[in-house]
Amino acid sequence: MSRPLIIDWTACEGRGLCADLLPELIGQDKWGYPQSRSGRTVLVPPELERPARKAVHLCPRLALRLEADAKTRVTG
Amino acid sequence: MSTDALWYLARGSGVVSLILFTVVVALGIGTRSGRGFAGMNRLAVASVHRAASLLALVFLVIHVSTLLFDPYAQLGLVDVVVPFGSGHRPFWVGLGTLALDLALAVAITSLLRERIGLRAWRAVHWLAYAMWPIALAHGIGSGSDRSTGWMLAIDALCVLTVLAVAVSTHPAFRDTETPSTTPQLVTTRGEQR
Ligand code: HEM
Ligand code: SF4
Repeated sequence: MSRPLIIDWTACEGRGLCADLLPELIGQDKWGYPQSRSGRTVLVPPELERPARKAVHLCPRLALRLEADAKTRVTG
Repeated sequence: MSTDALWYLARGSGVVSLILFTVVVALGIGTRSGRGFAGMNRLAVASVHRAASLLALVFLVIHVSTLLFDPYAQLGLVDVVVPFGSGHRPFWVGLGTLALDLALAVAITSLLRERIGLRAWRAVHWLAYAMWPIALAHGIGSGSDRSTGWMLAIDALCVLTVLAVAVSTHPAFRDTETPSTTPQLVTTRGEQR
């Protein structure tokens, strides 16, 4: 059900906007870079999909990508 | 509507549009610091920047469409898009046309940002730095209010706002406790593969 939110670390500049939008899932390290609360890939549950999409649209570096949920994703 | 009412509406919407664009540019510059700004967090700054820019465009459209019906402005449809051809103060009115074109380019590419990619978007977005002074000059040069004290005061306030934000958020004025630029060595986080 949950969709992985992938952070492109080469693009991210640690602006912290995603942490503002998804405080439940994303914190900030001491440099301002996003840090997954779970310590693993950020998984967005359906009820947080709206703010997650908003983060993808508003990220100043376009560094976020919301993937299809794990079940329907074609792996390869 | 009487032509007088049209004229007031045209002037008023032009002034409101300039003030809003000033706010938009100030927030755009403020957001570059990578932190909150003016008591807002990053998210709020980005959202207000976006919303205010669209509102500014709405006022800009009102401004231009009322002028199309204003007998004194003698503005044709072509003059709205192609600068420097209008019968009335062609240079100063042309600057307004140029500012409109640039504003549209900046806004439209922003709305298509995910499609056109970061590089192309950034390149066009920089035009905002040309657009705002051009709009300001247009207001000073072609407005009927240009010689009035209150309009000059608004213009001065707009310039001061942008300068103040540019200077106060400049990295050189930042306290050294917080990182000023992208740290280069923090990519080796263990988590999140
Ligand atoms: C015509 C209206 C607009 C004007 C005049 C304007 C102006 C600006 C300016 C001056 C900057 C600073 C650029 C820099 O030095 O890097 C900026 C940044 C930015 N603007 Fe706009 N903008 C407009 C519309 C929009 C819209 C519609 C969006 C919607 C997504 C947007 C999103 C952004 C973002 C994401 C940044 C970069 C923030 C960063 O680098 O951290 N802008 N804008
Ligand atoms: S919003 Fe984008 S640039 Fe900012 S911290 Fe999140 S991923 Fe990085």
